[in-house]
Amino acid sequence: MNKFNGIGASGGIAIGNAAIVKEAVISYEKKVIDNPEQEIKRLEAAFARFKEKTEKMALSIEEKVGEKEAEILRGHIAIAFDPALSDEINKLIKSGKCAEEAVDSVCEQFIAMFASIPDEMMRQRATDISDVKTRLLQILTDNEPVDISGLAPNTILVADDLTPSMTAGIDKENVLGILTKTGGKTSHSAILARALEIPAVLSAPDAVEALTDGVAVIVDGEKGEVLINPDEQTIEKYKKLREEYTQAKKELSKFIGRKTQTADGESVMLFGNIGNPEEAKSVKSFDGEGVGLFRTEFLFMGNSSAPTEQEQFEAYKAAVEALDGGSVIIRTLDVGGDKEIPYLGLEKEENPFLGYRAVRFCLNRDDIYNTQLRALLRASAYGDIKIMIPLVTCVDELLAVKKKLFTLKSELDSEGIPYNKDIEVGVMIETPAACVSADILAKEADFFSIGTNDLTQYTMAVDRGNAKVAYLYSEYNIAVLRSIKRIIECAKKEGIVCGMCGEAAADPNLIPLLISFGLDEFSVSATSILKTRKIISLWSKYDADELANKALSLTRESEISALLKANARK
Amino acid sequence: MITKSYKIVNEQGLHMRPAGLVAAELGKFQSEVTIKFNGNDVNAKSIMNLMAACIKCGSEIEIIFNGSDEQQASEKFEELYANNFGD
Repeated sequence: MNKFNGIGASGGIAIGNAAIVKEAVISYEKKVIDNPEQEIKRLEAAFARFKEKTEKMALSIEEKVGEKEAEILRGHIAIAFDPALSDEINKLIKSGKCAEEAVDSVCEQFIAMFASIPDEMMRQRATDISDVKTRLLQILTDNEPVDISGLAPNTILVADDLTPSMTAGIDKENVLGILTKTGGKTSHSAILARALEIPAVLSAPDAVEALTDGVAVIVDGEKGEVLINPDEQTIEKYKKLREEYTQAKKELSKFIGRKTQTADGESVMLFGNIGNPEEAKSVKSFDGEGVGLFRTEFLFMGNSSAPTEQEQFEAYKAAVEALDGGSVIIRTLDVGGDKEIPYLGLEKEENPFLGYRAVRFCLNRDDIYNTQLRALLRASAYGDIKIMIPLVTCVDELLAVKKKLFTLKSELDSEGIPYNKDIEVGVMIETPAACVSADILAKEADFFSIGTNDLTQYTMAVDRGNAKVAYLYSEYNIAVLRSIKRIIECAKKEGIVCGMCGEAAADPNLIPLLISFGLDEFSVSATSILKTRKIISLWSKYDADELANKALSLTRESEISALLKANARK
Repeated sequence: MITKSYKIVNEQGLHMRPAGLVAAELGKFQSEVTIKFNGNDVNAKSIMNLMAACIKCGSEIEIIFNGSDEQQASEKFEELYANNFGD
């Protein structure tokens, strides 16, 4: 048995027999032609045929997968009919080259150009042009393409690169898995494999080289592993894993549409974390009830200037509309000297995490902050938007933001622009200072949200990127657990909602403690929503309290961690 | 000649799908349409030129329409832009 690694581009496990699919090697003779006009006619006929065939494939993808995926193939038509391409091809033919050579060399020029662009997504487009070239040459040379739709059952499709046109021919009944030599997570093949829900490992050249037709192979799209000629034992093991994977997926899908509640019927809110409005749709599709953290940095990054009020307004509005009635907690700009946003004029600092960042920066930059707050207020007319302030360390910061909002609201009033007059303003609790003064903050804030990543980092005074001290970075430290408990208690005392938007909210080891402490809202990544709902449903308040009492009576991280892991329910 | 400025707000920039749409729609006009971006002149009727230009989300572009039907071409682009290029 041989084991190889690649990129797991589409989840799941497939066990089957390899079918090597090679694009027909197209050979043609370079000819000098004496009647360019006739040759151009032949070329035009080939292009027309290409368009017809591709449109058919697009229709088939549209049925099997979806309209957006079909657009990939329609993009191929646009590439083939691109004047930049056809002008060059025509020029070469007029100079006496045959259609095949002209198509080949012009396409290769573009492939080389795209392959050298220092941008992963654009480099992948080289594959698309190569696909167009191959299909054009197949038509010109009368070479029937590989028919993938006729593959035998239990097939693992093995190819150099899965071209989008190949993907269009895949019959899900027979093709269980996909393995390729090249291609990345953002290639169109990866996108299509995920949409078809076929496990795929890409970029595993050694595995592809080692395989021949009919050889038994296991594709683990979860881990990105390929096993060739597995022994009986391994096959049994992977059959079990496959069963577990499908079972888990089925199991979790049962939690779609269910309330998020503990075993004894106490309801909590289950939200998703997002970085852009598109991800709000993903939260919705996993049945998230709202958004507990919308990081707004994406709007500011990779641009040459700050986003306008209108651009921000549209992004916030799109997110809240995607949630269809659910709340969306939007965190105002959280940047500092460690992020590259040149136009903000932030200087490199010795100690960026203790420096001029987040709300400290925003309160000093009316130009940036007023624009963002105005956009948030305007978007609040379209759904339940809440404003969250990051890195608060004292109540003055919260009061200063509220004062700004007061002024901006009266501006909007005088301009007759609608907004939610009762928009909630909350604090992200992620510093020891905010934790210790949580009782004071709770009197002024409309809600809390615990950011466990920074809270752990600041509480333990540990840079988790530093391997020498990373062992200290653990939420299971008593100092962090006590902090979380205190923050929730302070919120409860003032009757405000307390959420958590760090990865800890999805940690099966911590969920019982959070239930015991009385956390009201769990905000996790979209793909963790259903799993979190399930784990919450496995704990009663009574059981959770018992475990929490035990955990908090311990003193060492290692003991607490062992206790929580031993009692985790999954 | 008509010159206009836009800021691309599509999340993934002018990737294959929107680039294809722009090229196909502008290709129907006689006028030359050139996008000025990052110091380069990009033929807006060419999907490959558009893709290779790597116009990302947030990029500011200048677009120049030049020819007999420049008004109609610029209106068409305006419409595509307003629809987020179908994204």
